[in-house]
Amino acid sequence: MDGVTVTGVRGHARIVARADGRGGTALPVLDGEGPLAPRRTRSTGPGAKVMVVGAMSGPLGGDRFTLSARLEEGARLHVGSAAATLALPGQTKDAARYDVRLDVADGAELHWLPEQLIAAEGSDLYVTTRAELAAGARLVLREEQVLGRTGEQPGRLTSRLTVRIAGRTVLDQELSCGPGAPGGWDGPAVLAGYRAVGQLVVVRPRFARSPVPAQVLGEGAALVPLAGPAVLVSAVAPDALRLRRLLDEASARLD
Amino acid sequence: MSRAALLVLADGRFPAGGHAHSGGAEAAVKAGRITGAASLEDFCRGRLHTAGLVAAALAAAAALGADPAGLDAAADARTPSPALRAAARRLGRQLLRAARATWPSPGLDAVARQFPKGAHQPVVLGLAARAAGLGPGDAAHCAAYESVSGPATATVRLLSLDPFDATGVLARLAPELDRVADSAVEAARRVADEGTDALPAASAPLLEVMAEAHAAWPVRLFAS
Amino acid sequence: MHLDHTHPGPAAVSADARRPDGSRRALRIGLGGPVGSGKTATVAALCRALRDELSLAVVTNDIYTREDAEFLLREAVLPPERITAVETGACPHTAIRDDISANLEAVEDLEDAVGPLDLILVESGGDNLTATFSKGLVDAQVFVIDVAGGDDIPRKGGPGVTTADLLVVNKTDLAPYVGSDLARMAADAKAQRAELPVVLQSLRDERGVADVAAWVRGRLAAWTA
Repeated sequence: MDGVTVTGVRGHARIVARADGRGGTALPVLDGEGPLAPRRTRSTGPGAKVMVVGAMSGPLGGDRFTLSARLEEGARLHVGSAAATLALPGQTKDAARYDVRLDVADGAELHWLPEQLIAAEGSDLYVTTRAELAAGARLVLREEQVLGRTGEQPGRLTSRLTVRIAGRTVLDQELSCGPGAPGGWDGPAVLAGYRAVGQLVVVRPRFARSPVPAQVLGEGAALVPLAGPAVLVSAVAPDALRLRRLLDEASARLD
Repeated sequence: MSRAALLVLADGRFPAGGHAHSGGAEAAVKAGRITGAASLEDFCRGRLHTAGLVAAALAAAAALGADPAGLDAAADARTPSPALRAAARRLGRQLLRAARATWPSPGLDAVARQFPKGAHQPVVLGLAARAAGLGPGDAAHCAAYESVSGPATATVRLLSLDPFDATGVLARLAPELDRVADSAVEAARRVADEGTDALPAASAPLLEVMAEAHAAWPVRLFAS
Repeated sequence: MHLDHTHPGPAAVSADARRPDGSRRALRIGLGGPVGSGKTATVAALCRALRDELSLAVVTNDIYTREDAEFLLREAVLPPERITAVETGACPHTAIRDDISANLEAVEDLEDAVGPLDLILVESGGDNLTATFSKGLVDAQVFVIDVAGGDDIPRKGGPGVTTADLLVVNKTDLAPYVGSDLARMAADAKAQRAELPVVLQSLRDERGVADVAAWVRGRLAAWTA
């Protein structure tokens, strides 16, 4: 990766959340360097709320961003982003890379709800999201990928999402699309012309005792119990707006 | 290594239950997304590079002797749809029965004891290949080929598609199938050092979503 | 599945008469025949006739998913846990002859779930005159034709008519209406089948399925002897 960082921008943001002992959540670490800036905002619910502000547009080709959040025992944290992340073509031919690492301890609850990731025409991005949860941790995680801005061709995007609970991988899936992706990505088995694709992962220890039954949510979405105390909502839609609506509806079913 | 054993294992008439499954083709046909040879080819190509690649890597890893339980868990994590997990286990159990009768071996008997309700089919396929004296490349080729031959055969029945056209689709996919099998073996060889995270996790959102819808149909021709 | 070391042998692979724990498995009888000949009605009648004296279960092989199983469930001929449907991918004859793996899973699952069983009836989806059961799946098979399908079927023969352990000519009450000659059918069947038995039945008559039930009892007595 050294070759990449010579030409690209390196961005790094780190959040650590800790129960403050008074029923609230403190943020002993809230760092950002480069284009990623996490900001604490006023929380409307229990726990702390952080917005990640992208101070520059990007990631561009060759950039490398990492974003990590660690929740210690009993902490509650809601993370959002101020705007959609736009992957754009860079000066170099190299791919951009964006790695998100989430660690959630027992009794802690993380809501990871960033805005969409948009793969603009000509961009090339590899994004990984890896959540490591303790057996008693809770998680709501949403990812949305939009292939191209309105009216343009998609960029190249590979997105891998891994969720581990108590050391066991319960979800590992990678979606690869756009020009140069393995064949058939836009065909009837994979995306069939849909330009927005999203995942909502909800992990709750009580799902181990009372599993949620699989539900078909219309044409392009399904809610499925994973092989562990977690459910996944998988959805495809023509655009970002309709995708969000599908995921919001699914999320409401789980409350 | 016997080339003929590979033909036995890869034969569409090998009695392991595959004929009752369409690999998602029945749902895609009903949705109007497979209407003829061209869209069948596009469907198969997408399936090959996603579910096919994952299955090929699991099969290759099993053929190399990786722990079946670990591979089965990795298959679970890569198969979010419970309908597809159930179908894969059912097919795994059926394949294990056929393989034990065809290539009796203590290894396969042990797997039957370990997974009374069946292990994921690609894992069993790799173990069957091993019992037949085949290698990881053979297992990967078998799994990758099955990922496209199943939907092609089913589409012949569902659309009364010209069988020559369907076979032509499979032949045109052959070079890509070889590449998928090679990259599956490469990933499988890394499992010994890096664990199952080294396995590909390529996914196809519509295959997963449509599998759940298909499982809920009151009337259908194929089990999946 | 037994993990202890007293039964180290593998589970039965196909037609083995013993289950993995060494006990005798249920007798399996297949019922095949063309569409509409009355296979499901015969299975239903057999269940009613035998359910008080035997522990039995049914596997159906439908063309379209679970129709036959659902008929049996609606008729309440057996408790629902004793009826299983196998999906056949539009090829019922494949599932009972060429690739019997799904049916073997189904019969073994039934024995595990509701056993011990004396008898499992495996009903084929309606298919053509050449569809027969594999010996790896069933111990004996019944081929059901009916008078309305044409009284020349026995004369034409075919594997089902010629080799089934029992040939049932069903719906004899309809013979006068469809112009079928029962005597000719019986004679043709006899010529095709030599010593193999033939039953002519109408499920609407008082005797109903009694002759087929008696034949099943005979097979079962031989199986457990």
